[in-house]
Amino acid sequence: MVIEGNKEIFEKEVLNGEGKVLVDFNATWCGPCKMLKPVLDQVAKDGKKIVAIDVDDDRDLAIEYGINSIPCLILFENGKEVKRSVGLVPINEIESLFED
Amino acid sequence: MYDIIIIGAGIAGLTSAIYASRANKKVLILEKQNYGGRIISAPHVKNYPGFLDISGVDLATNLYVQATSLGAELVFEDAVSIQNGINKKVITDKHEYECRAIIIATGLERRSLNIPGEKELVGKGISYCASCDGNFYKDKVVAVVGGGKSAIEDAEYLSNLASKVYLISRKDLEDKVEKDNIEVITNYSVDKINSSDTIESIDITNSSDTKNIKIDGLFISIGFDSSNEEFDSIIEVDDKGYIIADNTHTNLDGIFAAGDCCKKDLRQLVTAASDGAIAATEAIKYIEKNR
Repeated sequence: MVIEGNKEIFEKEVLNGEGKVLVDFNATWCGPCKMLKPVLDQVAKDGKKIVAIDVDDDRDLAIEYGINSIPCLILFENGKEVKRSVGLVPINEIESLFED
Repeated sequence: MYDIIIIGAGIAGLTSAIYASRANKKVLILEKQNYGGRIISAPHVKNYPGFLDISGVDLATNLYVQATSLGAELVFEDAVSIQNGINKKVITDKHEYECRAIIIATGLERRSLNIPGEKELVGKGISYCASCDGNFYKDKVVAVVGGGKSAIEDAEYLSNLASKVYLISRKDLEDKVEKDNIEVITNYSVDKINSSDTIESIDITNSSDTKNIKIDGLFISIGFDSSNEEFDSIIEVDDKGYIIADNTHTNLDGIFAAGDCCKKDLRQLVTAASDGAIAATEAIKYIEKNR
């Protein structure tokens, strides 16, 4: 399951988390974000860790990571940003974010 | 074992799923990209009965919610081949699934320019969907390639966001363009993309000269082709690759086709939805008869 995140969860699961964590910056009013959700659910079901952040609820995080277009996916590894993908993308591109 | 596997989650496929699920059939939808199909690139849909003005994304999301809340499962996998028989098989890039009936609703595949750098720069300055990605180019310079109605629509949509839009076509445009910040260039083709990490400029050529145009984004809108190569070894298609279907029945019993992937005169949302309803109904009849 995709973890519905907030600032505290982000700190615990992403910044202080081990290994790879994908963060999905989204908003309730964003159509393509809605379309991406079932794709992310499937990737999470396959065993990848994904945290969703609503940019309206957690504006500070969105500003800190310079999110100016959503959906925006950022892959963190051991708390550090390593890859970023913006826009509606198919599943194989999301899966390839997790590859080294 | 599924009753019906639907290949493609566009309007035709999702409508099939709604009809089949309402008849209590166990339905699996396979989709290689995102649900909704081609309509998601339309900012405004004004010809779908019952909706005065709805975005393609919202229409697709409504259909997705409707189909899945009725029990249809949607899995994001690429169907690479099918096998016929009393029980049929769909093989994807990840798994194999068995079912009693198959509905092919693969729609159309967008054409690409097929020039170096095009694939690599998708998402880094190249896009096929103005309404999806236009917002990234606020106050920037973009080019649209294509001369048809959808290219013109894309250029007009982008002209409200970008500071300048070049509309580049190999032929004359199909329609007039009336926007101050759109510069129309006809009888030129795009033959080179110059980039470092993102797109920087394009080279366009006609019979006598080559120009270099600096841009921040390139939108490709040059039409669509059928995409049934995975199935055409067993399913009958016409010379352009469209599936030949009679009342959605293909040449194989229990395999149906719906929507834009079929040979037909009118490719519209309503005709796709109509095919979807018919294909589901015919598939259900086939399953009941061959129980």
